[in-house]
Amino acid sequence: MAWNRDGMAARAAKELKDGFYVNLGIGIPTLVANHVEPGIDITLQSENGMLGIGPFPTEDEVDPDLINAGKQTITELRRTSYFSSADSFGMIRGGHIDLSILGAMEVAENGDLANWMIPGKMVKGMGGAMDLVAGVKRIIVLMDHTNKAGESKFLKACTLPLTGQGVVDVVISDLGVFERPAKGQPFRLIELAPDVTLEEVAAKTEAHYEVAL
Amino acid sequence: MANKLYDDAVSALEGLLFDGMTVMSGGFGLCGIPENLITALRDSGTKGLTFISNNAGVDDFGLGLLLKTHQVAKMISSYVGENKEFERQYLSGELQLEFNPQGTLAERIRAGGAGIPGFYTKTGVGTLVAEGKEHKEFGGETYILETGLVADVSIVKAWKADPYGNLVFRKTARNFNPMMATAGKVTVAEVEELVGPGEIDPDHIHTPGIFVQRLFVGKNYEKRIEQRTVRQAA
Repeated sequence: MAWNRDGMAARAAKELKDGFYVNLGIGIPTLVANHVEPGIDITLQSENGMLGIGPFPTEDEVDPDLINAGKQTITELRRTSYFSSADSFGMIRGGHIDLSILGAMEVAENGDLANWMIPGKMVKGMGGAMDLVAGVKRIIVLMDHTNKAGESKFLKACTLPLTGQGVVDVVISDLGVFERPAKGQPFRLIELAPDVTLEEVAAKTEAHYEVAL
Repeated sequence: MANKLYDDAVSALEGLLFDGMTVMSGGFGLCGIPENLITALRDSGTKGLTFISNNAGVDDFGLGLLLKTHQVAKMISSYVGENKEFERQYLSGELQLEFNPQGTLAERIRAGGAGIPGFYTKTGVGTLVAEGKEHKEFGGETYILETGLVADVSIVKAWKADPYGNLVFRKTARNFNPMMATAGKVTVAEVEELVGPGEIDPDHIHTPGIFVQRLFVGKNYEKRIEQRTVRQAA
């Protein structure tokens, strides 16, 4: 049984180290916060100007002046600080954030990432994604291995406009985990989701990767 | 001291507006947007606006109000996904759009207000954003040149102000407001509360009054929430 969304999020949570400052993208990456292991203390950054994101508020606590980058109402913690968008992206661009976990439409074998635009179809914008992949120390992509048509999303080369060039360090899909020791090196399959076979991964992956289970 | 206090949004904008002008507007999503000033700008009928704002509001609130009336000719933004009318006008060619990565947008505004005409950043290298921009290597890494942004008028929203225009923002409603306050030839601030001189601890001022030329207390704040997410009380 391949990982479902929570399974992928739980696997991604194992990449969190004690003391990390982490930025979680919108969608599945947000679920990672629910799977932080005991004894690991992390601080979540929200690029709209907050360090130390707390849980969703109760009805009584809802505050329109307090939202995350997904525009969801949230709460603060005892460690929380607020700052401007310029300071926020100073943290991001300046390499002060340890880890970012993002969704993707496509990842290429050289680490290229596309997750913001489908030409002619969608006009939404890149938000902070390009800044995050350019500045954060380690980039993990959480995505379904294939698209709705069953085609690989882990490709030889991205077909969609890029968010960043050669920026991805780890790909966690419903089928397994691909990691590379350093940018510029090839990805290695280091872990399979339960009951997933090497053959299934090979059949559903266009990108070149090494096997290092 | 020059008087910075005005009665309302209409009087605070008087004499500042003209067709084809560039306006910066603070806010992230609908959080920390200058609600009163956006409404007054709509009612003024000023057209052909270039609008610099991280987002474009929703169809019936925030900057969506100015899109509905076709007052905006061009948007400079990072994310406009919550506005269907925006998407329609863009795809039909009625509206020009310049997408900036959010951090690049924030830094362009900060730079503009600080008298810095350009800066190099890694963000966007190898993407559509880098096309046509100067590339330069520093320490073996490639960066692109981005330019500073300024506006004819900046409209911002703060929580508290004193009569000198010193501003304090609240929680994540701060976002783009402080940089935009620095980057307007004229900056107009609307606030929830006006306090007396000396009532804000000088160490707690987020935006010094030098950046704010006009100021008023806003009315009827709706503070609409885009994604109301709650948990059960224990």
